[in-house]
Amino acid sequence: MNFHRPPTFADASRIAAAASGLTRFLAGGTDVLVQLRAGMVTPEDLIDVKQIPGVFDVVRTADGGWRIGVAVSGMDLRRHEDLRAEWPGVVEGMNLVGSTQVQGRATLVGNLCNGSPAADSVPGLVAAGAMVEVTNAAGVRVVPVETIPAGPGKTTLQKGDVISAVILPPRGEKGGDAYLRFIPRTEMDIAVVGCAVSLTVEADVIRAARVALGAVAPTVLLVEEAAAAIIGTTLDDAALAALGKAAEGAAKPITDRRGTKEFRIELAGVLARRAAKIAYDRAKGTAK
Amino acid sequence: MTKIHVSATVNGEAVEFLADPRESLLDCLRDHLGLTGSKEGCGTGDCGACSVQVDGTLVCSCLVLGAEAQGKQIQTVEGLAQGSALHPLQRKFIEHAALQCGFCTPGILVAAKALLEQNPDPTDEEVRFWLAGNLCRCTGYDKIVRAVQDAAAEMREAV
Repeated sequence: MNFHRPPTFADASRIAAAASGLTRFLAGGTDVLVQLRAGMVTPEDLIDVKQIPGVFDVVRTADGGWRIGVAVSGMDLRRHEDLRAEWPGVVEGMNLVGSTQVQGRATLVGNLCNGSPAADSVPGLVAAGAMVEVTNAAGVRVVPVETIPAGPGKTTLQKGDVISAVILPPRGEKGGDAYLRFIPRTEMDIAVVGCAVSLTVEADVIRAARVALGAVAPTVLLVEEAAAAIIGTTLDDAALAALGKAAEGAAKPITDRRGTKEFRIELAGVLARRAAKIAYDRAKGTAK
Repeated sequence: MTKIHVSATVNGEAVEFLADPRESLLDCLRDHLGLTGSKEGCGTGDCGACSVQVDGTLVCSCLVLGAEAQGKQIQTVEGLAQGSALHPLQRKFIEHAALQCGFCTPGILVAAKALLEQNPDPTDEEVRFWLAGNLCRCTGYDKIVRAVQDAAAEMREAV
């Protein structure tokens, strides 16, 4: 195994593009090292991106959003008060991944590229309308987070593609987001279902919304019908009922040892309603 | 296989070792530096027995490559005691009998130290959540939480 520490993302991309065997990018390593050890993955080239300038930084973008480096850990996000105040749902999703020790290393991009349909940080990013910057030989492109997962353990990234940053849009006035998941214990478990809601309000009326579901399909789902059910409402009981129904309708889960198909469908509705209420309260500034 | 030359600081002392690129930091600590306090329970980041601090951040050393330690400050359980004087956490673990087989103890001591550095007065719930990644199959955790709280109280008085 060749261990590389490239100084730029362009170099990282070149190494990956030129590799004849399997490659892996290393940031937090909390999935890659487990795969290495289990013998699931034996990369010919392991490319550590942590020498690249800016990978540990969270910076305000010109338009008022955020640019998050690919090696920023869950713990770093939790300690970033401004980011957490604007995007609590994104941060709380990431903070549900693993233990304190794992939080010290695990990253948003790692969670995304591991390709788990149950990845806890991904619904929050999708609901937020987050983008990722992808670097390859052709240059740099910016694509929505929801275009990256392709199915369990798979992404749409091609050979030579490397994600070089996560970009959150400006939160703006009166916006709020939330992520909830169901697990049968209090922590350190994999989501049976997860749901994130991000919305903005104007005079208590929801003007824009995005709803994302995790662990109910081969990839995290952006559920436009669920968002449509609450846009233009004050999240009254009728809107919540319609939201729940839309989430249930979009859920296409499997039955496995974590939960049955029927249970997951019901959970999708319950979590969508609860997450929407939290996001709505946060947007209005009335969250407890 | 080309080995990678790594220079780091472990418990305040400069160290150098040659790491196979596939070797974990845990393997390097144990096999190249003779620091066998950090244990391998699972090797997959689930049990916390290999907990160390890298530049102050609590991590599982089984989920860090030895090569990644280049230039880092690493603190292991061997760095807790000052000479023959045990760290308050170590003394309180003994007083409260917060261990039985002891295999998880080094990782829990390092994790608890990291907690108290940033939160000198945690609630029981905060201690339990912080230590959720440190598995103990003997004690049932209660004595561990009490030992951590007692050590925290003593350390607050000492400041």
